[in-house]
Amino acid sequence: MSSLYTQLLDLACGGLLLTAALVLWRRRVAVVVRVFVLQGIALAGLGAVLAIHEISVQLWAVAAVLLVLRAGVLPYLLRRAAAGPPGPEPPPLLGGAASLLATAGLTLLAFAVSRPLVEMAPKGGVGAAGTAIPVGVAVVLVGFLVLATRRGALPQLAGLLLMDNGITAVALLSGAGLALLVQVGVALDVLLVLVILQLSATRTRETVGDTDLDELRELRDS
Amino acid sequence: MMTVFMFAPIAVPLLAAIAYAAAGWRLATVWAGAVSAGLVLACAVGAAVEVVHSDSGAFSAGQGVLRADAPAAFLLLVVGAVALLATVATPAYLAAEIEAGRATDRTARWHCTAVQLFLAAMSLAVLAADLGLLWVAIEAAVLATGFLVGQGASRAAAEAAWKLVVICSAGLALALLGIVLLGYVGSDVDGVRIAVVLLVVGFGTMAGLAPLHAWLPDAHGQAPAPVAALLSGVLLSVAAYAILRVRAVSDAALGPTFGRVLLAVLAVVSLLVAASLLLAQRDYQRMLAYSSTGQLGLVALGAAIGGPLAIAAVLLQLLGHGLTKAVLFVGAGRIRQLTGTSRIDGVRGLAARHPMLAGAVAAALLALLGLPPFSLFASGLGIARAGFAAGLGWLVAIALLLALAIAIALIAHTSRMLLGEPPDSPGAATGVVRLPGSTTAALVGGLVVCAAAGIAAEPLATLLRLAADTLVGAP
Repeated sequence: MSSLYTQLLDLACGGLLLTAALVLWRRRVAVVVRVFVLQGIALAGLGAVLAIHEISVQLWAVAAVLLVLRAGVLPYLLRRAAAGPPGPEPPPLLGGAASLLATAGLTLLAFAVSRPLVEMAPKGGVGAAGTAIPVGVAVVLVGFLVLATRRGALPQLAGLLLMDNGITAVALLSGAGLALLVQVGVALDVLLVLVILQLSATRTRETVGDTDLDELRELRDS
Repeated sequence: MMTVFMFAPIAVPLLAAIAYAAAGWRLATVWAGAVSAGLVLACAVGAAVEVVHSDSGAFSAGQGVLRADAPAAFLLLVVGAVALLATVATPAYLAAEIEAGRATDRTARWHCTAVQLFLAAMSLAVLAADLGLLWVAIEAAVLATGFLVGQGASRAAAEAAWKLVVICSAGLALALLGIVLLGYVGSDVDGVRIAVVLLVVGFGTMAGLAPLHAWLPDAHGQAPAPVAALLSGVLLSVAAYAILRVRAVSDAALGPTFGRVLLAVLAVVSLLVAASLLLAQRDYQRMLAYSSTGQLGLVALGAAIGGPLAIAAVLLQLLGHGLTKAVLFVGAGRIRQLTGTSRIDGVRGLAARHPMLAGAVAAALLALLGLPPFSLFASGLGIARAGFAAGLGWLVAIALLLALAIAIALIAHTSRMLLGEPPDSPGAATGVVRLPGSTTAALVGGLVVCAAAGIAAEPLATLLRLAADTLVGAP
């Protein structure tokens, strides 16, 4: 039983990491949205595995909310924001091969940095989840990399979403008692960010006709 | 009574926001924002008096969700005072914008609603009992700010709002990871170290500290002037307060050295960034924004030094910086409305045509640079003295050199704007020369309070001492 639990846990975490690498690698928004659905399922699966193991109704509820939000609502909104005429996205700072290498490097870094966290996780039992924390940290780091190396608004949003998914994974794996409050806060913030994105995107399209080019240069120094 | 003082600063702005959303921008609601900010300030004074005269020095309300101790009461004072200045200047600013056709009654309505929501979120952040609630409140404030910055119809405003929301959300995400890990690791030294780094970098993003400061100049450059005042005076101060609280946690678990090194690095890098980008600055709103990064660098320096004297000076610095920056941004907004440009070389000879405005801006600039009698002199001196006493003289010397470079750049740019011959053609100045009474009140009021806090520190001194002791963890 315990080994099956560990295997399922590893499967979910592997899914998280793989999808994170795919988000960094693939550039077409339609593909990225589908990857996010998969990642949402992996995240909800992680919650479900923990719920089965700890026989906790609350965790089941969390897993259900995660499935709805991270695999349903958020990817849907992301795709809606991407609808409309696709603007010419400036090329990212990292190419395909370099981004995969970066993922590998960041994963190693995540494992190195979070060693103290793994060491303090109790061996076996519930604590086995604690040994998987570096995976969550790696997803956060990959998200940060996406945020830093992509210049379009939508890919940056994908990076933010990746970071939030990673943090949620860490929260689940560490069994944090941070109630649903912060969880809901995180979900809410991404929802609202999407709303703002839509707002500013439509506004951009409305005003793009009479945009003064000087104004774009204002957002620079010197 | 204390319960009222703790709930009212959150509830009153929320009610004002509902009022604005329901009633819109009309004669009856024009001053509701200022009244709400005034009530927040009054509650802050009440809370400060109660805290000073209580035995325990801390109150909690709402079943332990809210907590008011001396640092929280002081920060509530900062929030209330800066918000009052900004909201008093808002009606005249919005009226001029509507007259110029850059805003409408509808945008004014949502502007005021968002400002009140921002104020409620900031009060909640200050009074939050734990870091989790503090985090939620700051995130809510960021979203309100994103809306406020993006309301200008230009593409640049949308870009600035987007940058603000994305960079701050990323920073806050790091802080959230830190909070989650802090709950997990308990008192394990290595674990706390990771969590503290994440928390300081995350909240440092919000405080405009390098390396994640990039949102700040864009947001300040594009925001309406009263909003820029709120951003600089309130949001940065609350973020700095969050850093001080993290520093207390770090000191308790790791000893003082770790937090000191971390904050000292952030401080020096921030001062360096501010100094290098100020020297060739061409936009006066961005100039003020980079000055904020420098000022918060000094705050981080004080936090790095630690100890009661430095922490008390840091808190006083936050108050002084908030007040003077509010005055400067309100003044800058007025200058922009008069001249129609935000470029430094587009403004000449302001002193000849608008002596009152130019005088207030000049005085606020001198206050910002730490000249007596303003309170920033006392707080700057306090940070430097504490630094030398702690054996960190070399660090203070580096910071002072960088601060000197910042001061020279600020004086050079501003004197070009204020002095000299006014341009011959009336240009964009459409005959409006007299300053509105409410704007004058905000400009002069802020300077007077800042000077008063510098000269007669006594009523504040007790609160400051208590707050510093609480944050340092002394008995």
